[in-house]
Amino acid sequence: MSSLIQVEQLYRYYGEQCAVNNVSFSLEKGEILGFLGPNGAGKSTTMQMICGNLAPTSGQITINGIDILDNPKEAKRQLGYLPEIPPVYRELTVDEYLGYCGRLHQIPRDQLPKALASAKERCGLAEVGSRLIGNLSKGYQQRVGIAQAILHTPAVIILDEPTVGLDPIQIREIRELIRELGKEHGIILSTHILPEVQESCTQVQIIHHGQLVLNDSIAGLEQQMRASSLVLSTRNPPELVKLYGLEGVQSISELGGNRYRIFHDKDKNPAERIAETSVSSGWGLLELTPERRTMEQIFIDITQQSPEEQPA
Amino acid sequence: MMALTIAGRELRTMFLSPLAWSILGVVQIILAYMFLAQLDYYLMVQPRIAGMEDAPGITDLIVVPLFGNAGVILLLVTPLLTMRLISEERRNRTLSLLFSAPVSMTEIIVGKYLGVFGFLLIMVGMIATMPLSLLFGGGLDFGKLAAALLALVLLLAGFASVGLFISALASQPTVAAISTFGALLLLWIIDWTGNSAGNAEGVLGYLSLLRHYENLLKGLVNTTDLAYFALFIVAFIVLSIHSLDYDRLQK
Repeated sequence: MSSLIQVEQLYRYYGEQCAVNNVSFSLEKGEILGFLGPNGAGKSTTMQMICGNLAPTSGQITINGIDILDNPKEAKRQLGYLPEIPPVYRELTVDEYLGYCGRLHQIPRDQLPKALASAKERCGLAEVGSRLIGNLSKGYQQRVGIAQAILHTPAVIILDEPTVGLDPIQIREIRELIRELGKEHGIILSTHILPEVQESCTQVQIIHHGQLVLNDSIAGLEQQMRASSLVLSTRNPPELVKLYGLEGVQSISELGGNRYRIFHDKDKNPAERIAETSVSSGWGLLELTPERRTMEQIFIDITQQSPEEQPA
Repeated sequence: MMALTIAGRELRTMFLSPLAWSILGVVQIILAYMFLAQLDYYLMVQPRIAGMEDAPGITDLIVVPLFGNAGVILLLVTPLLTMRLISEERRNRTLSLLFSAPVSMTEIIVGKYLGVFGFLLIMVGMIATMPLSLLFGGGLDFGKLAAALLALVLLLAGFASVGLFISALASQPTVAAISTFGALLLLWIIDWTGNSAGNAEGVLGYLSLLRHYENLLKGLVNTTDLAYFALFIVAFIVLSIHSLDYDRLQK
């Protein structure tokens, strides 16, 4: 069976400027792909190309095995897309709008009411069905946008910054919804919010200057996040010589007030031996914590290194 | 069939805005006033032409001038109806809904066109009630009335296709409106220079919308005029499809 989305060697130029440079990836059923990148990195451009809103300069995109350039209508049937700005008609009511979207996606007439009801329920729109979209708050408009994308139960759902403008409770609901949808569909999600990726995605990609600089599963990323330093804090000053003698310890830096940062080999964690030593030597162990790199640090490391590595 | 879905929404949204209603109302009031003025004039000249052989009838003296005026007024009004078609969707970023739905560019454009054309047909229907009201007091030349109605429908279909094309080019509705008005007016008067040079049958004369419209209004349903309007409409619809596709290609 082919992948839900297969993107191969995608390029997009705006005049001389290269917005997307040789991006290739694939998405399988049941995966939620988090698409990260600084502003202007090419996230939205890539998503627009996958959804057929923008023609790539070169490259191939297949949705569920159907080429979007050769057979756009068939491919778009498998797609639900929420752009950065929800494409809603302000002068229609929620029900009218979703009904129109359903007809555009050729949902059979007898199944339309059911599809509408289920999409509205999933996005928490049941009570606003007869209100004008223009009178709804930004958060509700965003939900209408999401409802529009899942209405026809597409195989692939593409959401461009779906939680922008929502309050914390709504954000949690939407994340819950995304996780739930991820069980039956393939989802691509772009965002600036890093914890969102950690919470709801199974795969992570970071795009920078139009290039894919990281493509990994969340588990792989967790691996990267496991750090190689410990913070030790004791009541009495420890004998550093003893610490240096422990296996795996590389260097120690003093943080003041009997606090030390101990750098160690990635594979040999000396925490257990440090604890034993400090107890047996009577230093008075107060704190021993492994330091973790946050996703943010990884993101910043990657996006700030790469310009030097690959001069544009 | 998707084109009809799009057309249906377009037509319904038009009636959700006050613009459509006010256009229908204003056009109807102004034309009704002109119609009455024409009727007065007819009643005034009726005794004088009664004895003439081959005298112009009620259709020639009332209906044809009414439709002539309607053409000019709708030349002012149609740009207001067509300006929003594509440019507003582009501005509000709602085009991506259509682009990511399983519909082709052709269906989008044809749908939009049929939507506004449907509205214009409603307007023609309302205008047609005026000459039909004359049946209470006299007879009409139905052949000439049909030709005049056909002329107005074709003219408006032409106006709408130009408006749609310019709306697909422009990024702001007001820009689309003023450009459409300019383009239509130019096409209306393009044969003026030809006339003054005494060369009325030239290319410019053939391009003029007015000339073909007048032929049909006179009751001369000529293949040349029908072909002119058909080519005109199809050309601008094809151009619209290409300019919308350009959004996807370049941006």
